[in-house]
Parts: sequence; C-alpha cells; structure tokens
Amino acid sequence: MRPGGRRHDDDGVFEVRIHGRGGQGVVTAAELLSVAAFAEGKDALAFPTFGSERTGAPVTAFCRISDRRIRSHEPIVEPDALIVQDTTLLHQVDLFGGAGPEAYVLINTGRGLDELGLGDFAATRFRPERVVTVAATDIAREHLGRPLPNAALLGGFAALTGAVSVESVANAIRGRFPGRTAEGNVAAALAAADAVREGSVVRA
Amino acid sequence: MARPPVKFFQVGSFAAGNRLLDEEERSVQADHGRSNALTKGHRACQGCGEALGARYVLDAAMRATENRVIAVNATGCLEVFSTPYPESSWQLPWVHSLFGNAPAVASGVAAALKAKGRADVRVIGQGGDGGTLDIGFACLSGMFERGDDVLYVCYDNEAYMNTGVQRSGATPPAARTATTKPVGAEPGNAFGQGKNAPLIAMAHEIPYVATATVAELHDLEAKVERAMELHGPRYLHVLVPCPLGWGSESRDTIRIARLAKETGLFPVFEAEHGEVVSVSKIRRRVAVEEYLRLQRRFAHLFGDPPRTDVIERLQALADRNVRRFGLLEEAEAA
Amino acid sequence: MREQLEGSQAVARAVARCRPEVVSAYPISPQTHIVEALSDMVRTGELAPCEYLLVESEFAAMSAAIGASAAGARAYTATASQGLLYMAEALYNASGLGLPVVMTLANRAIGAPINIWNDHSDAMSQRDSGWIQLYAESNQAAVDLHVQAFKLAEELSLPVMVCMDGFVLTHAVEPLEIPSQEQVDAYLPVYTPRQVLDPEVPVTIGAMVGPEAFTEVRYLAHAKQMQALDLVPELAAEFAASFGRPSGGLLRRYRTEGAETILVALGSVLGTIEDVVDELRDEGERIGALGITCFRPFPLDEIREALTGVTRVVVVERAFAVGIGGIVGQNVRLALAGLPSVVYDVVAGLGGRAITRRSLRNLVEEVQEGRVEPNRLHFLDLDRKLVERELQRLQEKRRSGPHAENILRDVGVVAARSH
Repeated sequence: MRPGGRRHDDDGVFEVRIHGRGGQGVVTAAELLSVAAFAEGKDALAFPTFGSERTGAPVTAFCRISDRRIRSHEPIVEPDALIVQDTTLLHQVDLFGGAGPEAYVLINTGRGLDELGLGDFAATRFRPERVVTVAATDIAREHLGRPLPNAALLGGFAALTGAVSVESVANAIRGRFPGRTAEGNVAAALAAADAVREGSVVRA
Repeated sequence: MARPPVKFFQVGSFAAGNRLLDEEERSVQADHGRSNALTKGHRACQGCGEALGARYVLDAAMRATENRVIAVNATGCLEVFSTPYPESSWQLPWVHSLFGNAPAVASGVAAALKAKGRADVRVIGQGGDGGTLDIGFACLSGMFERGDDVLYVCYDNEAYMNTGVQRSGATPPAARTATTKPVGAEPGNAFGQGKNAPLIAMAHEIPYVATATVAELHDLEAKVERAMELHGPRYLHVLVPCPLGWGSESRDTIRIARLAKETGLFPVFEAEHGEVVSVSKIRRRVAVEEYLRLQRRFAHLFGDPPRTDVIERLQALADRNVRRFGLLEEAEAA
Repeated sequence: MREQLEGSQAVARAVARCRPEVVSAYPISPQTHIVEALSDMVRTGELAPCEYLLVESEFAAMSAAIGASAAGARAYTATASQGLLYMAEALYNASGLGLPVVMTLANRAIGAPINIWNDHSDAMSQRDSGWIQLYAESNQAAVDLHVQAFKLAEELSLPVMVCMDGFVLTHAVEPLEIPSQEQVDAYLPVYTPRQVLDPEVPVTIGAMVGPEAFTEVRYLAHAKQMQALDLVPELAAEFAASFGRPSGGLLRRYRTEGAETILVALGSVLGTIEDVVDELRDEGERIGALGITCFRPFPLDEIREALTGVTRVVVVERAFAVGIGGIVGQNVRLALAGLPSVVYDVVAGLGGRAITRRSLRNLVEEVQEGRVEPNRLHFLDLDRKLVERELQRLQEKRRSGPHAENILRDVGVVAARSH
C-alpha cells in the first residue's frame, strides 16, 4: 500500500495523528515514527499536544512526514492517518475530526468495529480497507510482557500505510531502547505488521 | 569557644583592649598589617554596630585566608554607607546585586570559583536582618540546603534601618519602629514567636552556626576564623546595635550589645551540624530592664504608668533563653 | 552532525558545546527538558568543568548566574513565563551591571489565567530590561543562536536571551544539525571578562549611583545595546563562514522582492507564514514575509529599508500591550514613520492557540479587502460570541464570577476536543 490522503496542495506530505492516554507512550510513538522517516531520508516533525504531566489523561501526538523541508509547526488538522491507542477515548474525544475520506485509521482493539459501534461510521466515512483494527495491547503483552501498545501499533501502521517501512520502525525502536526492551518492542511491531498484512484482523 | 575567655579588670569600664595580651592573643584589628577590608571614609552613623562588626568580620576572614575573600553584599545600610558614589570603602573584591539575593549570588560566585579550580578563594555573603531573614530567606535556605561553600554573615540590628527603621522579622517584641509604633492596645512590635535565624540555620544541619555580638570582638573574630577553617554553608549571626534605630547613645553600642547577652535576650553560642557545641555563659546576670532603659525604642514601657506587664513578658523570654541554652554557670542556674 | 532530535535536547547540547562554567536552573514548563539534559551532561562529565546549581527559585537562578558571571565564569540559565517575571529584578540587575549571562527563554504565556502554552507575553514583558532579545524561528535557529549569543554577550558585556517558542519548538522532534565541539571552540573564545571579582585586583561592583551620574550610566547601557545592531550581523556572517549555513542576523526576508504585502512576525509562526507566502505567490499574489530575529535592540533602519515601498505591512504577534495595542506593531510603525505603508496590528496565537495556514490566508484576504482596520489591534480567530456572552454576564449581575471559569464552561469540557 502507498501513502494516501494527500491534500491537493501538498505533495509528499503525510500527516499522522496518534491518540491515547498519558502513560501509553503516545508521544514516544510519534517520535519513533519521525526517527523512522528521518532514517529514510525524509523530513519528519513530531510533536505532542502539551499539558501538565498526568497519567491517564487524553494525549495526542502528531507526526508530519515530508519529502521536502518542513517549516510549519502548526497542528495537524487534516490527518492522513489516525492511530487510536485506547478505545476508551472513543466517546470522550473527537478522534476522527479533520480526517478525510482517504485517511487510514488504525485502532488498537481485540474487538470488531461493529462491537465498538464504529461499523457504519467506518464504512461510510472512510475507505473500508483503510480502517483496520489490531490487538496491539495483546501483542505487546505477548512479546514485551507489558501492555504498552505503541511499538506494535507503529509496526501495524507501517504495514497499513507504507508511509515508512516496518524495518525503519524496527531500527528506530532499537535506537531508542536498550537491549531486551528493544527486542521485545521490535517483536511486537513485527507481529502487528504481520497481523495487518495477513488481514487476520476484524474489519468493518 | 575557639579561644579561652579573657577577663579584663579595669575598674568602671568594659574595655575590649589588647594591651594586656600577648601578641598572638591580640585581635586582628590590633595588627597594623590588617587588610582594612572595610576601610575608613565610609558614611556609617557614629556608633554604628554594623560597621564595627563588618570590619572585624572581614579582616578576620582576610587574615584566615591570606587575603583571598570575595564579599557579596545585600542591599542595606552596610552596602549604602560603604559605597557612596563615587567612593568605595571596600578593599577586597565586593559585589552588590539585590536586596533579596545575596545568598544566591554568593552561591554563584562559589560555583564559579569551583569550576575554575580556585576554591582557595573563599566567599562571604553578608546582609542585614531584613535582607537575610525576610526578603532573602528563600535564597538563604537554598544556599544552606545545597551545601554551597559560603559563609553568610547576618548583621542583625533588628529592623529595616536604611529605609527609616521599619519592622522586620527580627524586630523584638514591644520594640518601637516606624511601622510598630507604641499606639493602641499593643505597644510596639507584637509578641509573636519571632524568627530565630540561628535555630533555623541549625535545622538545616549545616557545618557551622554561631551567634556573636560586637561587645565581644575577640569572640567574634574567633568565630570567623573557626568558620573559615570549615567548608560548606556556615552562618554567623551578629547582634549589632543601631544608635539611630534603637534610640541609644552612640557611645553605648558595645555596652548595649553586652547587656543583650547578659540579660539572656541574645544567646551567644556555636553549633555544628544542628547541635549546640559551645555556649558563652553569662558572666553577670542582668534584668532586662537595664538593657531596655538604654534604648528609646523601648521608652514607652517606662511611661506613666510603666508597662511592667510587657517588661515581665520580655523578662520571661530572656529566662526561657537562659534555660533553653544553658546560659548560666551551674552554680548560678538555680 | 544531523540527527532527529527534540528541540530542547538540541539546545542543551549547543549550550554545552559553548562550555558554560556555571549553570543554574529552576524547572518550569516548557523549559524542563533543557535543564534536565544539561544536568545529565554535567553529572556524566560530558560537560566539564561546570557547576550545576539546583536553585530554589528563578530569582535565585538569575542571582546565581549574576554571581558566577561577576566572578568571571561563563554563566547560563533558562526559564519561561512566570519564572521570567519572578527574576525580573535580577534581569535588570544583570543588564545594569553589564554581565554577559545567556538565558534561554522558552516562550510561554503569562497568567492569570495560568496557561502553560506558547506565546510571547513573557519576553515582551521584559523587552525594556536591557537584555538583548533574539527570537528563533526554528529549532535549528535556536541551536545556532545560542552559540552566537554567548559571543555577542561577551563582546558587548550585556546579557542575551534567546527566545524559542515553548512546546512548539522545545518539544518538537525534527532533523537538526548540532555543531561539534571543535566548531564551537573555533568560533567562541574563552570568556575574558571586562570586570571580575579577583582578590589580586579588588574592585567594587554594584555601588549606588545618584542623580549626578545615573543618566550617563544608563545612556551607556543603551549605547552598548545599540552596538549589537552592528555586531549581530557580523557574528552571523562569521557563523555562516564557520558552520556553513546562514543563521542569525537582525532580520530574515522571505520572498519580499516586489511584495505589496509583507507579513512581519517573530518566532516559529514564520514557518507557517512562509508556507502561506508560497501558496499565495503561486496564486499570483505579491506577498512576502519579514522575520525579526533581533528584537532588542530593535533594528529600526533595517526594518525601514526592508519595508520601504510596501503597501500593506501586517504584523502578526503573539502578545499585546493591554490598554493600547500591538507591541511589535508599534515598534514597526516607528521604523516606518513618514512612509505611506499601512500597518496592521494582528495579535494571534495567545496562550498556545495555533496559528494555522488557513487563518493566515483568511487574514491576508481580509486585509486586502479592507476588512481589517489599520492601526487598531485585531485579534485573529477571536470567538466573539464567547466574549459577548461574558460581557453580557457582567451587565446582568455584579457577582458575575471569574471570567476564566465562565468562558471555559461555555467552551465545554476541554477533553471533548480532539486536541
């Protein structure tokens, strides 16, 4: 799959928005994504929405990827891709605001979209094959021993959108974490990527 | 105490002279080769306790360090009378920044010296009671807590003198100041619990805390020398009567300082790491009234009718200090 | 070496390369990552010799820097917003004494109401403090300006603050070029103070000065700062030669040739403005942008030169002077005195509200269509309904309650927004 959702006036810019809660590594996810893109020779800018440190509060982070130098630090209002790390945000935060019909949506859940109450919504608002779920928390528990889904989701994201390669994601993880933590996260990322590729996920 | 007490037996005076002593026991000030760190020509009032104290403190520090001292001064009387534009009485490196930051500036100077490998140059921060206990208190505590290598000297004249004698956190109960006048029900400064800076310094467990007065100048110098033997945060609290602010005769400065000690109102002691290690005993216990009568800031207690109730409360404070610090010799402590 | 790095981390490294001997730091959002990184570097010995003072307040932070600088050490600190105000007295003291302290200001709004997000009210509140003020329009600029700041400060014996937008730049991760130690050592010499506390040569620093000489001492402060107007471009040229990329300088023009409309701004919004300029230029508009890097001293002549012949000057700023209007706008207007250009004062991005391309495009359109009154403060993206509702409340009853609470209640739960 290839990066989509480009706006008519912005060639080669791919914008990602990640939603989660404090303590789930949302900010780190955006940073790792930017490192992965940088390693591929692109320009990448990652930044969070900012607030006082508070575990459990909704957190949003962004990553803008471009073939050209990024100058603007404005927030991402029309994301090309959304990653939702925590489905408890679904009816609390406007997760999908600004996302166009070409956007990719990756949701961390072991449940189906219908179960989440998103079946119709996903089918009518987005391209059905671009709305994907992956049980990232379970995958993380299995490979990392902790319910920290961010790395897994990045692997799934890479497989889904092709905005960066899964290998770049893996390298970014290795560059950030020490030894065993890195390997666990990499394994989780690869497993989630496989899950997304092989389509063994529940879709709309 | 670092030196044994020297008793002088000149009739009718409390002279602090050197002529009867061997050379090595004489004060730094007796030495012609003293550094005169605060030299003559400054504009202090006649009888200023602070000028006297500062001169003794700094020359003692200079001798102890072979003239390697940097002084950091808070805004206040000392700073103002010592640097009347375009003159300066300071003959050592000296910096004045702000009113409330002398301890922090001193920390910065000490850090710079350490970074440059010149920790042989020592730092003294100094200020009055206002700059130390009130507006500079946070900075003082920070310096203590960080363990910075600074000797901080507070010259306590118990009010904001330079601005016209307003009450500070160190002003004693019942004292008249411009903002605690003897009008209304409570004459003078209120009876609060005070802000005992030496005890607060001790609570920071710093290497050395000492109190002193300008009545015992050998003792004052000895304490500075002791402080300069040590490293880390050290605090010296010096009682310096102010003729103008206290309403006393300029010739009585040293006498009043002695009476402050001898009544028990101002305990003189040393502490290390939070524990008292030596106490300067009261030689001749005196009732507080003798001390109060010499100062017009307490004159309203002796009106018609006299405020014996207030004087009793002040006496009780003195008595408490005597008990608490063990200021009397055992035989007299009954 | 080019790496993907957080702005704060990059600045910390740049500062470390400048070999500060004393760092004093009190934490405040959004500067924390900078001082944390420097603390690590001192602890591991990566930055040595350096004493790191964990001070008890921002007032103490600047005071310690004053002491250190007076004792001849290269001194550095960082703060934001409320912290800058808390050290205000010390700021004036540092500049008045002529001490070359360098400080990072992670621009953040000043309360009340308390707000931890980006705007320029903090820096603007201290624009007259005698500090040189440089504004970084990107994280690369922030890195590079710090290196130049130390040299500038020490040559003039004046303190310098490098302003970078809090969170927007400090917490953004992007590709940055960090200068090497060798490069910085070649550019920035060892600090040789003009005045120093030295037992060998005692001096009195900080004496009182009365009416007979105060004016002259203050004139010198002004004159020294004005020298920066020459020195800043010189140092920028030297930097470009040493480090191989353009950086610093008083102003930065973007596609201003033949422009009829020029947007003037400070800081990171310039990145977004440049995107807007490109879009509009593609559509045939004759528009450009002027970034002010050196705000104090204010480059009157250079700004006049850059804006001469421009019909519309739209100043977009992230702070304003309550009771009168724009701050940067006023200064720009002074520079253009007597010229026919029309100046528009637009305040935007207060308290972290994003300035978007869309808003800026709309603004340009409104200005061109005459729907923005010149010389009067215009608030971009103001929600008039909210304001009117609150004003109505004030009319209705005396005990109308705190504005902040009322407006937040109207706006709804913050978490209901997507971000």
